[in-house]
Amino acid sequence: MTLIAERTKPAPVVPAKSRKRRSGYPRRASVWTYAALLAVLAGSVFPLYWTLVVASQTSDAVAQVPPVLVPGGHLFDNIARVFDSPDFGPALVNSFIVSGSVTVSVVFFSTLAGFAFAKLRFRGRKVLLALAIATSMVPQQLGIIPLYLLMAKLGWTDHLAAVIVPGLVTAFGVFFMTQYLGRAVPDELLEAGRVDGCSTFGLYWHVVLPAARPAAAVLGLFTFMQAWNDFFWPLVVLQDNPTVQVALSSLASGYTTDYTLTLTGTLLATLPILVIFMLLGRQIVGGIMQGAIKG
Amino acid sequence: MRAALSRLDTKGSPYLYIVPFFLLFGVFGLWPLLYTGYVSLNDWDLVDAGAHTWVGLANYSELLHDSYFWNALGNTLSIWVLSTVPQLLAALWIAHLLNHRLRARTSLRMGVLLPNITSIVAVTIVFTQMFGRDFGMINWLLGVVGVGPVDWQANTWSSHLAISLIVAWRWTGYNALIYLASMQAIPHDLYEAADLDGANQRQQFWRITVPQLRPTIMFTAVISTIGGLQIMAEPLLFAGTSTPTGGSDRQFQTAALFMYEQGFREFRFGYASAIAWTLCLVIAIFAIANFLLTRRIANEE
Repeated sequence: MTLIAERTKPAPVVPAKSRKRRSGYPRRASVWTYAALLAVLAGSVFPLYWTLVVASQTSDAVAQVPPVLVPGGHLFDNIARVFDSPDFGPALVNSFIVSGSVTVSVVFFSTLAGFAFAKLRFRGRKVLLALAIATSMVPQQLGIIPLYLLMAKLGWTDHLAAVIVPGLVTAFGVFFMTQYLGRAVPDELLEAGRVDGCSTFGLYWHVVLPAARPAAAVLGLFTFMQAWNDFFWPLVVLQDNPTVQVALSSLASGYTTDYTLTLTGTLLATLPILVIFMLLGRQIVGGIMQGAIKG
Repeated sequence: MRAALSRLDTKGSPYLYIVPFFLLFGVFGLWPLLYTGYVSLNDWDLVDAGAHTWVGLANYSELLHDSYFWNALGNTLSIWVLSTVPQLLAALWIAHLLNHRLRARTSLRMGVLLPNITSIVAVTIVFTQMFGRDFGMINWLLGVVGVGPVDWQANTWSSHLAISLIVAWRWTGYNALIYLASMQAIPHDLYEAADLDGANQRQQFWRITVPQLRPTIMFTAVISTIGGLQIMAEPLLFAGTSTPTGGSDRQFQTAALFMYEQGFREFRFGYASAIAWTLCLVIAIFAIANFLLTRRIANEE
């Protein structure tokens, strides 16, 4: 609709340059596009806003009809109540340990493998890369029983190692770094390094890792968020030494659920991810979209 | 000597660098999945690996006659269809909206992705509160237009609808960004030519955009199938208790949740493994069928 209106405007008023932009692609958004997007945005944000509203009320206020729609003043009381439950504080610490170590390891090993796949010559390279990518289609969640038996045998049940070790390197990470390093590291640079007497690992350490920094940051963010949000496997294997998602789920599964308490826990468990997203959401969006084109 | 070392370095290093991935996947990904097959042929009730007896296909024949299993499989398929189809259509529409010249472009994209970065646990808890029978926001809104109140957990259809909404809410924006990325890769002259031919925007969307997105749509359909058929956390937490039966009449217990119940509440590892392998087979069949189907639909466009 607007597009037609734009085009029928008298030509002389519009400078040639901006006229070209106007007929260009992608098209300019109409008011309706903005309105629809704002509605989508409201739908995306509302449940999180609602978490804050409930987390800052008393239990009585939450049980009102019509519901209270603005935050109240009881957030800090509720936070104190959440930390009164003995599991929650240690669970937060556990989640930081798990997510932090998994992130460092995934970035290191994925960059290493990505370097090999993107820049080194060896027999079977293409087949192995295809194989590595194909592994991400395997429904690994369904192997959970032998995995549990294995952890029991290793004596790792209720140890964070049970969650950390299987996550030390991921197919997505390998694929992502292979794509990036193929573009970002010129072969001449590696050859120059070789001439200077660098070993292969020397090249990785001195040339590839520094060049990989932007992609490594994105991969690190993804990995941290995924590890932080992971639920099913920690639920099975960390019954008595939970991560924050597991602790949160047990807060929510009492006989009568105290929603101000539970949603305060939800808010606390989501906050670290939200902070990361606020600071680096642009890179995360970029990472997903880049992965999509190549994938 | 140095030359030999250097040769070893160039020949061997690549394999050394990719070995951690394959080793880890082999030990913690592939081996457990294959070993599930062996466990499923045993009566295996204890963690102690010695305490199991070979029963052949007994677990599978029990499974085929277990009405709880068929119920769970039916629930899984119902929730998968209800969440995936609207989700991918909505994602396509949102991607189309985002594929305009926009102000605050990055913020809009971030806003759309926001649901995906929050954890399944957090999302399900919030929605379960909003779906509350007595004081829930959704029943209040329905009451305003004269419907309800609905006891969302109590019925099959209402619980499936609610769980599907929770799943779809978390994944629509993510899929929209994937579609958006592919839309941006469509050559502009296709649209210019269509403009010259007098095609309107709706025609251009269905005749140009959607066919050009074919590989991406196939990719998202297959990925959503693999993920959607393994859903367990949402129905587990939607019940609001720690019982993994998916409601009092198992009205929203999914197959993966049934596996969890049999494995880690009943400690019937053999039986749970039979569920896992059967579900694996179902996922493979549906993923392949979905791949072929979406390819065909897209070809006809």
